Amino acid sequence: MREFKGRVVVPGTVTATALVSRQGFNTLASFKKALLAKKLDAPCSDQDNKDIYEKPMAKKALCLPKTIGSTTGGIVLYCASEMGASPACLLFSESIDSLAAAGAILSDIWTSTSMPTVDRLGQEFLDYVKEGMRITIKENGIVEVD
Amino acid sequence: MYLDKEQTDILNGSQGDTMAKIMKTLVMYGETFEADKLIPITSEEGHLVTSFGINVMDPYYEMFESLLQAGVKSKQSFTVDPSPMDMGNVPASPIQKLVFKILYKNQKRYDDQLKRMGIKGEDMYTCTCYMDEVGNIPDYGDILSWAESSAVVYANSVLGARCNRNSAIIEMFGSIIGYVPNFGLTTDEGRKATWIIDINADKLPEAQVLGSAIGLKVMEDVPYIRGLDKFLGNDLTQEVKDYLKDMGAATASNGAVGLYHVEGITPEAKKLNDALIAKDAKTYLIDEKELLRVQESYPCIWKDPKAKPKLAFIGCPHLSLLQLKDWSNKIDAELRSRGREKVSVPTVLTSSVPVINEFKKTEEYQILISTGAKLSYICPLMYLSNPLCSKMPIITNSNKLRTYTTAKYYRDDQLLDILGKEIG
Repeated sequence: MREFKGRVVVPGTVTATALVSRQGFNTLASFKKALLAKKLDAPCSDQDNKDIYEKPMAKKALCLPKTIGSTTGGIVLYCASEMGASPACLLFSESIDSLAAAGAILSDIWTSTSMPTVDRLGQEFLDYVKEGMRITIKENGIVEVD
Repeated sequence: MYLDKEQTDILNGSQGDTMAKIMKTLVMYGETFEADKLIPITSEEGHLVTSFGINVMDPYYEMFESLLQAGVKSKQSFTVDPSPMDMGNVPASPIQKLVFKILYKNQKRYDDQLKRMGIKGEDMYTCTCYMDEVGNIPDYGDILSWAESSAVVYANSVLGARCNRNSAIIEMFGSIIGYVPNFGLTTDEGRKATWIIDINADKLPEAQVLGSAIGLKVMEDVPYIRGLDKFLGNDLTQEVKDYLKDMGAATASNGAVGLYHVEGITPEAKKLNDALIAKDAKTYLIDEKELLRVQESYPCIWKDPKAKPKLAFIGCPHLSLLQLKDWSNKIDAELRSRGREKVSVPTVLTSSVPVINEFKKTEEYQILISTGAKLSYICPLMYLSNPLCSKMPIITNSNKLRTYTTAKYYRDDQLLDILGKEIG
């Protein structure tokens, strides 16, 4: 087990299985089909993202460097949370970008779904974490990876 | 983050639960980016990026409705990005039209919500809200709560206003509360350039390729561009503003640039010169070879890369009145030089309704119509969100459209050549 320390963007504790995007995560492209077809397991529909394409994103610990793409990214995360198809938590190796921050904060305040979010976990975190690993977010931005 | 008494009271519910939640959202958002305080919005009007009633975002329209039901309204009127549909002017098959209707099933509902929230007018759907005919033009130093990357980068750079690259909803929350968090591009420090772009070219670079090269290199940083005044002069004429509009849109979409300075041209660069350049700024040299390398790096993602184009879009971001006139004359001249009358590819020029209305009063309007090209207020990006449309081989001179869709990019001269020649 290894422990990483990041910065809390949206507080909360959760344990979930890791899903890892090693490239910028395109929020709209990834959630588009899930939202369209109301697929609650949210299979990733971004065919440019070989790491997670077609893999379910809902209730996973989504590990990523940052998000990219359309400025609708924040709303898309909010909509995914509202319909119960959002990841269990978001874990950023870099500083969170404004679109993802908006999505995470909107989900926290405007929906009943909690999506704890930690950023600045460092490249070492992204290098270490592998799909399927068990991840626990503890208080104060501590992330345990089993 | 410091909050004054009024802001603290709102957070504590003095104006109701909904306003408290909106304030809480802005405070959390500001604290994430280490804002020191909330600062008042000083621009007369806002600008929202979400113009479309797309069926994948039902919860967004539900939230919008709940805000309206709670009696919340924007403190400032606002313009909105372009409409996603224009059935009358943009070619679409019956099946494509049907998909549009399904895809944008929330459009009427959302248009009505925008009206109730405070949109400036029914014709105020455009990404170039800062055109004279539209009239959402912030003053130098104004604090804005806008979204739409191309409009934000224009307002920051060409007008000298101050605005961060906001997410949708966040920009509306700012306009409702009347404040935005102070960080990044609203601060003096955040407006300093961390890149110097030296342009060493024989002729004025194509705006859309230059912007792309800069965006791909600096990503979200602030560039200080040297060497453009040699070609553009020092005055912000409409022609120069149009060039910067197109260049800026490419920096914002190919990268994530929210502000650029152009030596001798943009207002802050004129006022502060080199003092705008941060210590240890990196340098990127752009010459003809580099511009060519960047353009040749664009992938063609058409199923058949050699397919005959079925549609051409000119005007992402929306064209100015001067650009509409200029394109009309250029297309006409190209056709005449080849002894042809009509464009060889269905062509749509896009602009805002107020600009189109002015354009219709000019002689160039008749010239354009005689070439077979059409005018529309649509957002070409939204057109290509229709999966049946995105499968078509569509060409454009917009680097933003190329970045976000399957459209293939051509420089202006290349596009004119295609529109003018016989396609067998």
